[in-house]
Amino acid sequence: MQIQIRGIQKTFGSFQALTGVDLDIESGELIALLGPSGSGKTTLLRTIAGLEFADSGRILFGNEDTAGIPVRERRVGFVFQHYALFKHMTVFDNVAFGLQVRKASERPAKDAIRAKVLELLDLVQLSGLDKRYPSQLSGGQKQRVALARALAIEPRVLLLDEPFGALDAKVRKDLRRWLRGLHDKTGYTTIFVTHDQEEALELADRVVVMNRGRIEQVGSTDEVYERPATPFVFDFLGGVNVLPGIARGREIDVVGVSAPLPCGTCDHTGAVDIYVRPGDLRVADAAQPSFEAEILAVQRTGPIVRWDIRARALDQQLEVEIPHLHHDVKQHVPGQTVRLRLNQYSVFARGAKGDARPKALPDTVLIGRERERGRLG
Amino acid sequence: MTALTLPEARGRSPRRVIPGFGLTLGITIAYLSLIVLIPLAGVLLRSAGLGFDGFWHAVTSPRVLNALKLSFGAAFFAALFNAVFGLLVAWVFVRYPFPGKRVLDAAIDLPFALPTAVAGIALTALYSGNGWIGQFLEPLGIKVAFSPVGVVVALMFIGLPFVVRTVQPVLEEAEKELEEAAAVLGATRLQTVVRVILPTILPSLLTGFTLAFARGVGEYGSVIFIAGNLPMVSEIAPLLIIIKLEEFDYAGATAVATAMLVISFVMLLAINLLQAWARKK
Repeated sequence: MQIQIRGIQKTFGSFQALTGVDLDIESGELIALLGPSGSGKTTLLRTIAGLEFADSGRILFGNEDTAGIPVRERRVGFVFQHYALFKHMTVFDNVAFGLQVRKASERPAKDAIRAKVLELLDLVQLSGLDKRYPSQLSGGQKQRVALARALAIEPRVLLLDEPFGALDAKVRKDLRRWLRGLHDKTGYTTIFVTHDQEEALELADRVVVMNRGRIEQVGSTDEVYERPATPFVFDFLGGVNVLPGIARGREIDVVGVSAPLPCGTCDHTGAVDIYVRPGDLRVADAAQPSFEAEILAVQRTGPIVRWDIRARALDQQLEVEIPHLHHDVKQHVPGQTVRLRLNQYSVFARGAKGDARPKALPDTVLIGRERERGRLG
Repeated sequence: MTALTLPEARGRSPRRVIPGFGLTLGITIAYLSLIVLIPLAGVLLRSAGLGFDGFWHAVTSPRVLNALKLSFGAAFFAALFNAVFGLLVAWVFVRYPFPGKRVLDAAIDLPFALPTAVAGIALTALYSGNGWIGQFLEPLGIKVAFSPVGVVVALMFIGLPFVVRTVQPVLEEAEKELEEAAAVLGATRLQTVVRVILPTILPSLLTGFTLAFARGVGEYGSVIFIAGNLPMVSEIAPLLIIIKLEEFDYAGATAVATAMLVISFVMLLAINLLQAWARKK
């Protein structure tokens, strides 16, 4: 089911939960609504379900405006963060609920319901647990029951509200992979809400990054990670160091290094902010333009080593992520000086004073990647 | 296996996380004995003086049987009405905001605080043939005051807060998500209430019913004013006990008391089992 969202606005009292959201979702897509808490992602999901009512704007399922359709007639599958299973019912009755509450004329025969429920339990790999009560299941199992229950009504769209939020890390990871497989098998148009960027990037076809009731960027997982449209997306996906710089024509001065403005033809003069991911600060060769920094702390997290450094030219603390191959245990210790270079970066023109959203320069392109490859090749 | 047993685990009693089990259990038993068990044992002991035949004779006299029937029957029906309407009251208080809600909410507890005799007199004045409400009911052939119906009305007044106050917090804590889940799955409001909400509050509703019922069985003050106390018709068992005491028929009084005790115990036990079953589901 193709879904079109047009100019959705929603306020709770004086709080603007959604401020004019537009979004198109293709049939069969798996979409992540990603954002921090309070960004409006759950409100948007609940509005699509019909559990909240927008103050203005329209939501279309295919060509049908959903405004007049009450929640129970929308035929959406909704999975809640805390499962919301009916505790007094067995797993079987939970899954069968959506079919059993139908009007007698539309309700499948008892045998048909039974067959359908068992088939769904098989799909979510819970065969044989149909007589259990929710209290006898683990968190991951509960969430799969909730999913089977949502799928039983053959929903036009499947909506998941932080579906893995209440589960522990290991189960979360397994369930994520499994859900991706399930989606590829069943092909339901699926929208899920998450505040976990890793989850969004791993699971979704497209990611919708939200902040303060607005959509910051919509794109494939590669797009939002490689070409963040706004400083917020940059910061939210992967973390970032923000360095002050001055643009002079096609060059920028940053931490005492002269670097090219990362777009082919553009020309800019004035204060800019340079956004660099921790992983894009690299140890420099003697020949490369680089800046001096003192290592303050070293922390090893698996294959990545994290340094806290202080750039001498800036007197600003920065975060660096170094592949452990490049980390020299003897030399790279707190107190030592290293020379670093910028690998990949984005440049945002600093807005007028008080402007919280600096404007990205036109055609902001990250150039570092190509250069890196050339050097290694 | 034994070689691996740690020294701490070899002690006679298992180690508990919360200390003071022995002390608290001791106090509990001593307190229960003083307040509940010893007085009740006294009742049983006293009636045992009658011998079984004497006891049976005392308890199965028509007047006693009728009184017991009225006490338990009226308490049952009053508790049943209160379960239905108390649930409704709790529902309205929890779900809807309306002006004067706090005042009404506080008024629910009044039957707890009011001397029961006051309640009885007020109800009698209202429902007697020339009372505010009775004057309209009597022409319709409904006689409330001085009849078994009056007993039920008095017990409904007494029992209402028990149901409201036990159901209210459970309703308040009921997950809104459950109702949303039901709605998304296509359930109507009625289906949601019957299939999702009621089963979740059933255990607390049963508790409220039990408390109201138990209170009704033992109620005395409010009933004797409105009941009219006609032997065989509207005479409750607690009153009969008082009457027998005033006639110095101590053995007869304790016999009735013992009968009430046994019936109450059996019924409460049955309801508790029912509750355990409902909770387990």
